[in-house]
Amino acid sequence: MSVTAEHLTRRNPSATSKKRPARRWALLPLLVLVSLPLLMLLLSWASPQSDTWEHLRAHLMPLLVRNTMLLLLVVGAGVTVVGVAMAWLSACCEYPGRRWLDPLLVLPLAFPTYVLAFIYLGVMDFSGPIQTLWRGWFDSSPALLTALSQPAGVLFILILAFYPYVYLLARASFISGGLAAFEAGRSLGVGPLPTFMRVALPIARPAIVAGLALALMETLADFGAVSIFGFDTFTTAIFRTWYGLFNLTAAVQLASILMLFILVLLLAERFSRSSRPRATERRSGGHRIRLRGWQAAAATGSQVLLVLLAVVIPLIQLVAWAWPNLPDILGGSMPRVIGSTMLLSLVGAFTVLLGGILLLLATHRAPRRWVALGEVAALGYAIPGTVLAVAIMLSFIRFDQWAGTALAGGLLALILAYLIRFVRVAWGPLDGVAGRIRPEYLEVARSLGVSKWQRLWRVNVPLLWPGLVTAFLLALVEIAKELPATLMLRPFGWETLAVRIYELTAEAQWELAALPSLVLVILGAIPVFVLIRRATLVK
Amino acid sequence: MIRAILVSSVVLVLIACGGNGDSDRDVAGASDERAADRVVVYTSRQPHLIEPLFDRFTAETGIAVQFTSDNEASLIERLAAEGARTSADVFITVDAGNLWFAAERGLLAELDSPELESAIPASLRDEQGRWFGLSLRARTLMFHPDRVDAGELSTYEDLADPRWAGRLCLRTSRKVYNQSLVAIMIEAHGVERTEEIVRGWVSNLATNPFASDTQMIQAIAAGQCDVGIANTYYLGRLLADDPDYPVDLFWANQGQGGVHVNVSGAGLTRHAPRPDAGRALIEWLASDAAQGEFAERNLEFPANPAVPARGLVQDWGDFESDPTPLTVAGERQAEAVRLMDRVGYR
Repeated sequence: MSVTAEHLTRRNPSATSKKRPARRWALLPLLVLVSLPLLMLLLSWASPQSDTWEHLRAHLMPLLVRNTMLLLLVVGAGVTVVGVAMAWLSACCEYPGRRWLDPLLVLPLAFPTYVLAFIYLGVMDFSGPIQTLWRGWFDSSPALLTALSQPAGVLFILILAFYPYVYLLARASFISGGLAAFEAGRSLGVGPLPTFMRVALPIARPAIVAGLALALMETLADFGAVSIFGFDTFTTAIFRTWYGLFNLTAAVQLASILMLFILVLLLAERFSRSSRPRATERRSGGHRIRLRGWQAAAATGSQVLLVLLAVVIPLIQLVAWAWPNLPDILGGSMPRVIGSTMLLSLVGAFTVLLGGILLLLATHRAPRRWVALGEVAALGYAIPGTVLAVAIMLSFIRFDQWAGTALAGGLLALILAYLIRFVRVAWGPLDGVAGRIRPEYLEVARSLGVSKWQRLWRVNVPLLWPGLVTAFLLALVEIAKELPATLMLRPFGWETLAVRIYELTAEAQWELAALPSLVLVILGAIPVFVLIRRATLVK
Repeated sequence: MIRAILVSSVVLVLIACGGNGDSDRDVAGASDERAADRVVVYTSRQPHLIEPLFDRFTAETGIAVQFTSDNEASLIERLAAEGARTSADVFITVDAGNLWFAAERGLLAELDSPELESAIPASLRDEQGRWFGLSLRARTLMFHPDRVDAGELSTYEDLADPRWAGRLCLRTSRKVYNQSLVAIMIEAHGVERTEEIVRGWVSNLATNPFASDTQMIQAIAAGQCDVGIANTYYLGRLLADDPDYPVDLFWANQGQGGVHVNVSGAGLTRHAPRPDAGRALIEWLASDAAQGEFAERNLEFPANPAVPARGLVQDWGDFESDPTPLTVAGERQAEAVRLMDRVGYR
């Protein structure tokens, strides 16, 4: 079992793409759907807002650009280091507690970012329990915690909230290929660290980058956490321009700049990657590296610490706040709210997964222009949720007026909005895993006379399995947490837990929102636990 | 597994399509779109504050209330985009700035109602009857009684004085409440003087502005600062939990213009499919029967002066409020935001 030069040979993308061009057209319906709201954003430039722009440039831009860059750099570095390290341990090593820690490490995804933010603000604030206790003992403020208010606090929260994207995607990639490559490298007598850096890491690079891209786009589009911590970013400026200056046009122009900036970054990354060797296939049968002594202690210890910070402490605080209302958990309208959250999440996640598969079909080993189109189709994730929701609502209403339909206000519109917003969340994991499927497998199967559907079911699906599971899981928890589009597009009576949290926190009464938050996290935990196990067991 | 997901999704889609519109908030089907036995409300006021009133309205009139909540900016865009096809009859929101903006965008109908005109004072409603204040929120000074003597306090403007250096806490300027306060100050003092005052506030800040009034009051209680500006009902909520909460309020600018008051309010939408039901709801909310509860649920003051305040807000006593028409808060809001940007009030 060795990684030979033949495995690493570069494939010529156009050679394979010429054989089956038809599937690429699967992209078109998706592209049309997504481009409607994006066009709405770009149309804003038709009316110049020079007055507002002059104001923004003079008084806000320097600070905003500095703050936003700081966020991108620190959160990007943080989620990459934490996510990759934890994923490598979970996927390829053996140490005490691994099987329990693995799903727990994904659980922060079930917390909406603003919930995590208000919990930590409650815990660490000057008037919160820790600082109050400290002042009681020492008669002075703990310098470290005071400093945490901002920007360190907001960076800390965002890293805790977003590292699971890198973790999940890198983990799927390591499981389906990293370990075999690592063993091969070790068998050639190369030390563990160089092997990891030079073999395992490059193989997982597309997956890591896809996870990092998700995390950074979430960071750029985040409004909840940064506004709770009072940290001004590009996104807070978008909302200040809209709500404060009553200038939605200029706000949308700001958002479209953000969108183009992200598109350029994504394409640059894509095209710098495509000239490098592609990784090899997955190999089953690799053995986990058994960690012993201090190594095992360090592995378990670091993961336990992370789970404490990102899951246990927030959960304890939520339970403490929700405690007086805990009997209401299944009373009143709660069952209906839980029901519609689950229904919307499942239907939405399945739609998003289908969209992701279409994107994969259209872009996998495709010429550059198709990949670029795919990136455009998946841009919805890079736009602050409320701005995108308005753009989607406007385009549906315009479409209704033009076609005489009644999409807006119906469930279909909401599901389509989820597709536009989250298709990248499904495409990323699929793309990360599909990069390592060798076309030879399909050719062998074809030469053995296996029918098209059999090939799909018995070759493609098992090979893609970790990616499919990851994509579905991510879409599921993302939709359960989604707020702006749900608020704006839900039909009457369709309330989700996120909507309920919003309604209770509009005036910063965090404690009231603890109960629905807790239920949301518990609901999110179920698919995390089930699916993570499945993704590991499939060989 | 995949097969299971497939099957369950198909089933769920079927349930979703079949179950559309079947919930306890929904009463009438979409078929009788213009039937007058219901009214549709878009609201940015928190549902738990108004839902009990809607229930009472339905019990008294037989008109069912269907509502959807969202933030005000989104609801305004939604109303604008839906135009004549909107299903909303009534728009309820907080802050005069938002009501002014919705009226300015042509989204609200002119309502000629003698009942509303006699119930709501002129400064708390639109001249053309496009919106009506329903409850009053006073934004005033809060202080820690151990570290500040009430005699030291006087006006909002005075908080710019250097003797408050390092002792002042403020909420973020992103919140419309502060934007309205500064907008009204611009009306009273002009841009230059107001800019000086707000610059003084910023240089007196003990710490970065807070995300909410509640956090700011908690910071005063905990000793991070001594004085701040907040809406009274935030203090009311803390006092309801703990009657000995160590923060007091001071009625600002008495004899010098009065306390800054703002409103939550409602208007009939321009394209209301059921204007009579919409009008009935707004008139009922402004009536003696509803005003007491409407204000009390959020510890605010009734907009209808014939109705006395209820609950613990009575303990704070009477106060002189600023008579400047609230439309000014809307007209000058963008100006206020720019001013706060210029002096670095985040």
